[in-house]
Amino acid sequence: MSTIVTPPDLDEQPARPGRLPPGLEVKAEKAASRRGLFIGLPAYVYLILFFALPLAIVVVYSFATRSVTGLTVLGDWNLRSYGRLTDPLVLRIAWRSTWIATFTTVVSLVVAYPFAYYLATRPPKVRAILLVLVMIPFWSNFLARTFAWRLLLSSDGPFVRLMEFVGYTDLRLLFTPTAVVLGLVYGYLPFMILPLYASIERLDHSLVEAARDLYASGWEAFRKVTWPLTLPGVIAGSILVFIPSFGAYVTPEILGGTGTTMLGNYIGRQFVGTASDWPFGSALSVAILFVMTIAAMAYFRSGGKNL
Amino acid sequence: MSLVDTTGAGPSLAEDSVARPRRTVDRILAGNAWLVFAFLYLPILVLIALSFNDNTRVGVWTEFSFRWYGEMFGHTRIMSALRTSILVALMSTAVSTVLGTAAALSMERFRYRGQRAFDGLLYLPVIIPDITMAVMLLLFFVQAFDIVLLVTGVGLSRGVGTITLAHIAFNISFVALVVRARLAGLDSRLEEAAADLYASRWQAFRRVTLPLIAPGVAGGALLALTLSLDDVVIAEFVSGAGTTTLPVYVFGAVRRGVSPLINAVSVLMLVGSILLVVGALAISRRRVET
Repeated sequence: MSTIVTPPDLDEQPARPGRLPPGLEVKAEKAASRRGLFIGLPAYVYLILFFALPLAIVVVYSFATRSVTGLTVLGDWNLRSYGRLTDPLVLRIAWRSTWIATFTTVVSLVVAYPFAYYLATRPPKVRAILLVLVMIPFWSNFLARTFAWRLLLSSDGPFVRLMEFVGYTDLRLLFTPTAVVLGLVYGYLPFMILPLYASIERLDHSLVEAARDLYASGWEAFRKVTWPLTLPGVIAGSILVFIPSFGAYVTPEILGGTGTTMLGNYIGRQFVGTASDWPFGSALSVAILFVMTIAAMAYFRSGGKNL
Repeated sequence: MSLVDTTGAGPSLAEDSVARPRRTVDRILAGNAWLVFAFLYLPILVLIALSFNDNTRVGVWTEFSFRWYGEMFGHTRIMSALRTSILVALMSTAVSTVLGTAAALSMERFRYRGQRAFDGLLYLPVIIPDITMAVMLLLFFVQAFDIVLLVTGVGLSRGVGTITLAHIAFNISFVALVVRARLAGLDSRLEEAAADLYASRWQAFRRVTLPLIAPGVAGGALLALTLSLDDVVIAEFVSGAGTTTLPVYVFGAVRRGVSPLINAVSVLMLVGSILLVVGALAISRRRVET
């Protein structure tokens, strides 16, 4: 991917030093940059109208007031909604979202690392087939895949039946945090596998061999050579799994219960029904967006570029 | 056995003491890989199997039948939701592919003032959680429709239009991301060569750039199509009372409780999305060969 970064003017107006008078060159450069902006403009205008403006509206609403009837009063601006972010209930939900997302990330990493390693060390032909087999569930409908776990974990589903057969009669899987973590790992595992695969595949195996030649044990060679060299993949994969898990909405809604409400669900609840509180929901959205942006910046810092 | 050469226990280290533990590790790795594939595919297979189950209780197998598929195709609300989904997906993909590709070209091939800000604007919809985007767009449409009502007296309502507009908003970014990755790997000297050979800008784009980035554009369009058909959260918040997309319908039904009919609809969504990907892979492979 590290091809030469093209100076902008080279593209449309090849720089021929000494052939063009300097004034003309500047003019051509200006024309090219105007053209560049012009080409991108429709997309930018669209995103300003349907993304930046909505974002601004959420920020404005977060300072507004909820009337007794549940409507939002634009006016009487205040910070009360932000003050409520430290309510014990909110903190409990935020904490739950954090550990569910963390747990999901760790489980994904533990499962995906050896898997990616196996994948990356296959012969090229086998590798291509196996990669496609990873990609297919990744591209297939998320809701349907999550729904499949609802069936698998239900009280007359195979898991509970099996456990009953073995002797556990009181097992309840559905509507527990375990079910939510399972669903999230299932949904986002490819996000972990792909960057790990990329970094392991790129690993220079002669370095591992060198370590082994110098009498490192297999474990030592892994810990001191392979792991540090594949760390960028680990970080990228972890962030790619953590971000959507932290903001999860569908999975806890389908596989979770009252005890597994995550931030996403809590925000959603502020916008529907009679108990809705748009200013508070907006403040929560701004807060979660803030956390996400930090996580994403960490991702780009870690060298990840392609999602 | 290229594995042996690459994992460090190559022929040069063929003493038993080194080779044997590696073999155990390999076996564990292979076992883990099989488990992961089982984990990825078994739930899908179970869902497909259960959708052919005649029983009304989801988990109890009685006999094979197409009963639920028959009911699904006769169900007016499900069929209208399916039509809405397809319509929204096609419209949002068409618009976002054009706008996203243009944005990618503008980002990768030009330099101008304010570019970094636009770059950020282009990335944000990718990292923002669905629920935040959903809430933003809900408030936006409510607010915008209030103003329209006040100014023109026309009462607008949320539906196919709002869902499509919302889907374009996030799809632009994903298309741009994919096309940019493709553009970054291209040699821009090819375009310069075309210009040197007296091609007009449009000719250079049409004959050189576009064919070169075509796989990226196709990939971006496919991603947009998939994301649009996949989306539950945003569509749920910006859809109106009457019109929903298929995933929103399924999501609502699942929250009320599972039913075998939903199994069949889920399989429809699943198989549809898988066919889309396999088709795309086949097309891209053919393109590579020619």
